[in-house]
Amino acid sequence: MKVGIVGYGAYIPRYRIRVEDVARVWGHDAESIKSGLGILEKSVPSLDEDTATLAVEAARNALKRAKDVKPSEIGAVYVGSESHPYAVKPTAATVAEALGIVPNTTAADLEFACKAATAGIQACMGLVKGGYIKYGMSVGADTAQSAPGDALEYTASAGAAAYIIGGENLVAEIEDTFSYTQDVPDFWRREGAPYPRHGGRFTGEPAYFEHVIKASKGLMEKLGTNVSDYRYAVFHMPNGKFPLRAAKILGFTTEQVQPSLVVEKIGNTYSGSSLLGLAAVLDIAKAGERILLTSYGSGAGSDSFSIRVTDLIEERRNLAPSVRYYIERKEYIDYALYARSKCLYRG
Amino acid sequence: MSHIAPPAHWRRAKERYRLLGSKCESCGSTFFPPTKVCPKCRRKGKIVQTEFSGKGKIYSYTIIHSAPKMFEKYTPYILALVELEEGPKVMSQIVDCKPEEVKIGLNVEVCFRKLFEQDEEGVISYGFKFRPADDSWKGL
Amino acid sequence: MIGLYKKRDVAIISAAATKCGEHWDKGIKDLAWEAGVKAVEEAGISGKDIEYLVVGNMSGGMFVGQEHIGALVADFLGLNPIPSLRVEGACASGGIAFFQGYMAVASGLYDIVAVGGVEKMTDVEQEQATTALSGAMDFEWEAYFGATFPGIYALMARRYMYEYGLKKETLAKVAVKNHYHGSMNSLAHFRNKINLEEALSAPMVADPLGKYDCCPISDGAALVILAPLEIARKYTDTPIIVKSSVMASDTLSLLKRRDICTLDATVNAAEKAFKLAHIERSQVNLIEVHDCFTIAEVLAIEDLGFAKKGEGWKMCDEEQTYVGGNLPVNTDGGLKASGHPVGATGVKQIVEIVKQLRGEVERGRQVKGAEVGLAHNVGGSGATAVVTILARG
Repeated sequence: MKVGIVGYGAYIPRYRIRVEDVARVWGHDAESIKSGLGILEKSVPSLDEDTATLAVEAARNALKRAKDVKPSEIGAVYVGSESHPYAVKPTAATVAEALGIVPNTTAADLEFACKAATAGIQACMGLVKGGYIKYGMSVGADTAQSAPGDALEYTASAGAAAYIIGGENLVAEIEDTFSYTQDVPDFWRREGAPYPRHGGRFTGEPAYFEHVIKASKGLMEKLGTNVSDYRYAVFHMPNGKFPLRAAKILGFTTEQVQPSLVVEKIGNTYSGSSLLGLAAVLDIAKAGERILLTSYGSGAGSDSFSIRVTDLIEERRNLAPSVRYYIERKEYIDYALYARSKCLYRG
Repeated sequence: MSHIAPPAHWRRAKERYRLLGSKCESCGSTFFPPTKVCPKCRRKGKIVQTEFSGKGKIYSYTIIHSAPKMFEKYTPYILALVELEEGPKVMSQIVDCKPEEVKIGLNVEVCFRKLFEQDEEGVISYGFKFRPADDSWKGL
Repeated sequence: MIGLYKKRDVAIISAAATKCGEHWDKGIKDLAWEAGVKAVEEAGISGKDIEYLVVGNMSGGMFVGQEHIGALVADFLGLNPIPSLRVEGACASGGIAFFQGYMAVASGLYDIVAVGGVEKMTDVEQEQATTALSGAMDFEWEAYFGATFPGIYALMARRYMYEYGLKKETLAKVAVKNHYHGSMNSLAHFRNKINLEEALSAPMVADPLGKYDCCPISDGAALVILAPLEIARKYTDTPIIVKSSVMASDTLSLLKRRDICTLDATVNAAEKAFKLAHIERSQVNLIEVHDCFTIAEVLAIEDLGFAKKGEGWKMCDEEQTYVGGNLPVNTDGGLKASGHPVGATGVKQIVEIVKQLRGEVERGRQVKGAEVGLAHNVGGSGATAVVTILARG
């Protein structure tokens, strides 16, 4: 039995702040940040947007593309995020309610830094393949937090991507998945703390690269594939540089990675990041093309997927807005409005 | 509004999340907010739940500058009467739209947003708002 | 059939109101007492003569933590043990109280009935007052989505502007006129005149309505005493006859209205009130309308039948609504300048008409030779309306 993606949907809030506008406030050099991080601007949620509203918008787009799926046929809803609006009360139930998936479904919020939603996809794959459910949905959504003045402030952004997983009417088949996980304190947020902390350069070699590369290699070894079998490679995008370097280490060309690099224009959407990259690729991929997707979550782990696009993609991709549409739909705000929208100052 | 108890949020949540109204199967009229009786058919009417398409036009609007406490952080915000394509009108905020861009007749579409939070530790109210309709994605 | 059970004519034998405004030193009991004592003294009766008390009050609970207002006022006016009733219909509470008192006398159940209205609003912060007032709209589908009262009337105003070409300048003229009338009214909340420029440049509250398009939050009380016409002359030389008092209702929420530029409750109440009174609109010398917002005055002029739909604003624009004009409107300054102690307003309007018909108001704002006046009180965005027509005895 095959398993794969029946529908996918993206959502990115409308507001953007440029690197220059953040750098000016803190006296940083914008040019060196832009070239160092490979980021020009990032998305900022409206005051009335949070992870739940972002997740609902993306999920509604996914449902539009999965046009044969009735909400009542979705037997599992997972929302992966590190910015769930409630510490206790599931975002997934809000999403299920807003899409009319309730009540005969299981639902849960997942947390594994930026990779929780790929873990959700794996859970859905298992439930579908095991015959427990017909369809499952996993949404990666975040309104990422960053302390004012911290390096993360240039990248931590907001966005969401939703995937409906099933066994038929696939727009892309998931051929296999492989994960790699260890306990690594590269980035964390303690319960009740408003902003995360991170290990600076420690987030690189022993964390991001170790996991992204081992998971990707593990998957290809398991499947007997190599980099030339994939038309596209998608990696988690904490900035514009890391995915390119991971690609290089693995032997992928820039051309294979470039179409998924949404980070330059919207920043790091955390749980949405690699899945928005995948959505951007699905927006343009042709039937038969293969995609390697590897997420990364601090703490630390990576989930790697081998995906093959089907014929159905052509008729389905135009049923909902593309990632490019959301990237180009934007309005710039300055740091003062940004501070207000992030409630950096309580008022 | 003073303190709103959790069941008062919950009771209408489905309708607010999904823009659910009611429809009289006898005469075809649609209603929002949902009604229990069709004013035309009265006892002969058969009322069922219906989900609106979420497409509509601005019938009238205002920009709220002075708001109750739980809406204060959103000021100035656009409040509108939206005429749904099915006929009924809803009162809703218009988002992703500058005050100078809003006008009567503007096509709008439903979206899902936070309505308010009573306080930092209380229940978060979600529901429908509208944004300017944008079909430009169809070409992208 | 409305009017069928009317057994006799009813007259107002006395009418009194407190000054409206910020009465820091007076609580709800003090205000009710002040209006009550003035009215009783004016009628030259004893409290013991009063057989029934009706009091309009919108939200004692939210404004001052006090309910059970009927008994409270009866107690403080020394009227125990007569029946006392508090009625509530948002900003129309006072008008409804009058309608109830009128029925009690007209039906023959009671002879001497006191109708009061009282609201103490300034003990809470503006935010909480706004919250209390927003209880008059649909909570689940209007207030819950961020609607405010100025916002609701702004939606009406915007649509009206779109449909009929009303300009913001005309709304400003309504405020200028009401402040002008208010400046001559010793009981008014605001006694300052304003000019067009001030009105137009004031900060926005709910676009297109600015600060001067909105009535203030006021403390105040009013009380009138009713008696059967046949015995009214025992108490006063100038009884004012209640030609009719009619109440009508409409959908609570604006979103369900047939037309948001028309208050159907006003249309229905006015139609019946004129019919029952056997009075033509041309015979009316002045009207007190519920101008909680300037747009409401424009709508009221039309909905009461003094202008066609879409043309009422021209009367305001041409300044025909000043004392001395074709149809003086809100000669006390209206809700805008004289104040809006919500539960008291409907009774306060009656007091103004009574004083005008008796020729007792300040010279500059006295409508000369006034014979017939009309009071129009609205609850919420138009879910309740009461229209009362009064004439000299």
